[in-house]
Amino acid sequence: MSDSLIELNQVSVAYQDKIVLEDISLSVNRGDFLGILGPNGSGKTTLLRTILGLTKPFSGQVSVFGRHPQRLGKLREKIGYVPQQSQLDLSFPIAVKDVVMLGRTHKIGLGKSPGKKDHEAVQRALKLVYLEDLAERQFGRLSGGQRQRVLIARALALEPEVLMLDEPTAALDVGVAESFFDWLHTTHANLGLTLLLVTHDVAVVPRYVTAVACLNKHLVAHGLPETVLTEEGLHAMYGCGALFFHHGSVPHMVVARKNQSDG
Amino acid sequence: MLELLQFTFMQRALIAATLTGAVCAVIGVYVVLRGMSFIGAGISHASFGGVALGFFLRINPFHTAVVFCLLVAWLIGWVSERQRLREDAAVGIFFASTMAFGVLLVGLLKGVQVDLFGYLFGNILAISSTELLSMVALALVVFTVIVFFYKELLLLTFDAEMAAVIGLSVRGFNFIFLTLLALTIVLSIKAVGIVLVSALLVIPAASAAQLTDRFRNMMIVSVVFGVVSCWVGLFLSAVLDIASGATIVLTATFFFFISMLISPQRKKMRMRIGKLQKQSPEEYQESNPY
Repeated sequence: MSDSLIELNQVSVAYQDKIVLEDISLSVNRGDFLGILGPNGSGKTTLLRTILGLTKPFSGQVSVFGRHPQRLGKLREKIGYVPQQSQLDLSFPIAVKDVVMLGRTHKIGLGKSPGKKDHEAVQRALKLVYLEDLAERQFGRLSGGQRQRVLIARALALEPEVLMLDEPTAALDVGVAESFFDWLHTTHANLGLTLLLVTHDVAVVPRYVTAVACLNKHLVAHGLPETVLTEEGLHAMYGCGALFFHHGSVPHMVVARKNQSDG
Repeated sequence: MLELLQFTFMQRALIAATLTGAVCAVIGVYVVLRGMSFIGAGISHASFGGVALGFFLRINPFHTAVVFCLLVAWLIGWVSERQRLREDAAVGIFFASTMAFGVLLVGLLKGVQVDLFGYLFGNILAISSTELLSMVALALVVFTVIVFFYKELLLLTFDAEMAAVIGLSVRGFNFIFLTLLALTIVLSIKAVGIVLVSALLVIPAASAAQLTDRFRNMMIVSVVFGVVSCWVGLFLSAVLDIASGATIVLTATFFFFISMLISPQRKKMRMRIGKLQKQSPEEYQESNPY
């Protein structure tokens, strides 16, 4: 069990009085590439936020690196997080490389300016996402896909052990998304990362991930992609909501509505 | 005009103008980028309650204003943390109630002569040397904290959620920022007045935003605008014998319109629109970097 980096034990989360996640037990091992699938509003983002300690569960235990996620201290630097297309101010006067440097704010420490090591880490991160040529560009002047890569670089600039991505392909065309997953797969191997990927993309995921968690308020299934992503598994996940499964404008899959109760 | 500087009151006023212009311009960058101008206005109006309390208790209104503004700033922060209330509602509550409190106290001061007008609209030529010393002290505090927490405050301004993710205390830094904002407002009251401080918090930074696309540059340009506005306003008011606070604010506003007219963003925008119209859809499509 020493390899388990993230452990959730019967975790339930609610916003105000609406339960978003219920009774989730899940473990992520070092080196895993976990795909977290589920329809809209199934609590995928909340799951990541809970692991990050941004959202407090009302019951159950979360442990990250063997600690409570809100008491990670220095270990927090080992987690990189790429939020879903966020509502950042596009007129904000900031250069791409400075956005990436902000990822290291806490690591650099209070009252200190970035040193040589920090600039090198930023350079490496920008290179990893093929943005080194745009380092001096103002963040808001990039395209949506480029901005997404800046946010990935910002997470990678910490040189994390765990990287969590929330719908990273939401703003990408289908072809670019496929290449992105290829890239992610290679980066996962090259950097020895543990990856948590929240995505809609049921069709692409099984080719890359080592484990799948299917979420629909409950954890519908959790395990190897080939055992989870069966017809029954998908029914259980999408049965109580989605009929069509879209990626971009192309429906990848049609899942019949099953008359299952919410419980 | 330079012979004016032989007078000590003018020298004091010049120092006060420089401090006020610079500190407001620096804090103003955060205020503008975070869309907090209403909070600035709220806290500055709250200082009226603090000043009135000073007159009422017969102690230095400057000191009571510092304490009062800090309390109100923290209260606004605390109330708006409650999820059921948005920040602007919290500001709205304290904006009016602290003014009301001040008016009430002033009404109770029967027969006492107080220079309320000087506090409301500023009287930079009447700053005493003790007041100037307090201003210098407050400005030093504000600058030191800004320099020390430079990247933390930048991250908080740009992406508060990310700040929380990497383990910064967003709450803590919000309170630090509200504290700095309150101190900045109090130190500027004598120069431009309660009613007009909020203008100095917004206008120089907004002018700088027209001309720059880097945070640090925006801060430098904002300080230049702030300080020059205060100097020009001060000398115009002294020479023409007109209200100093109002002259400073109008000068800053004049610079804002100039910066809007020469803004490279506007030029670039026009060029970009022209280019987009010529561009074919294929060219505009995103390339695949991976």
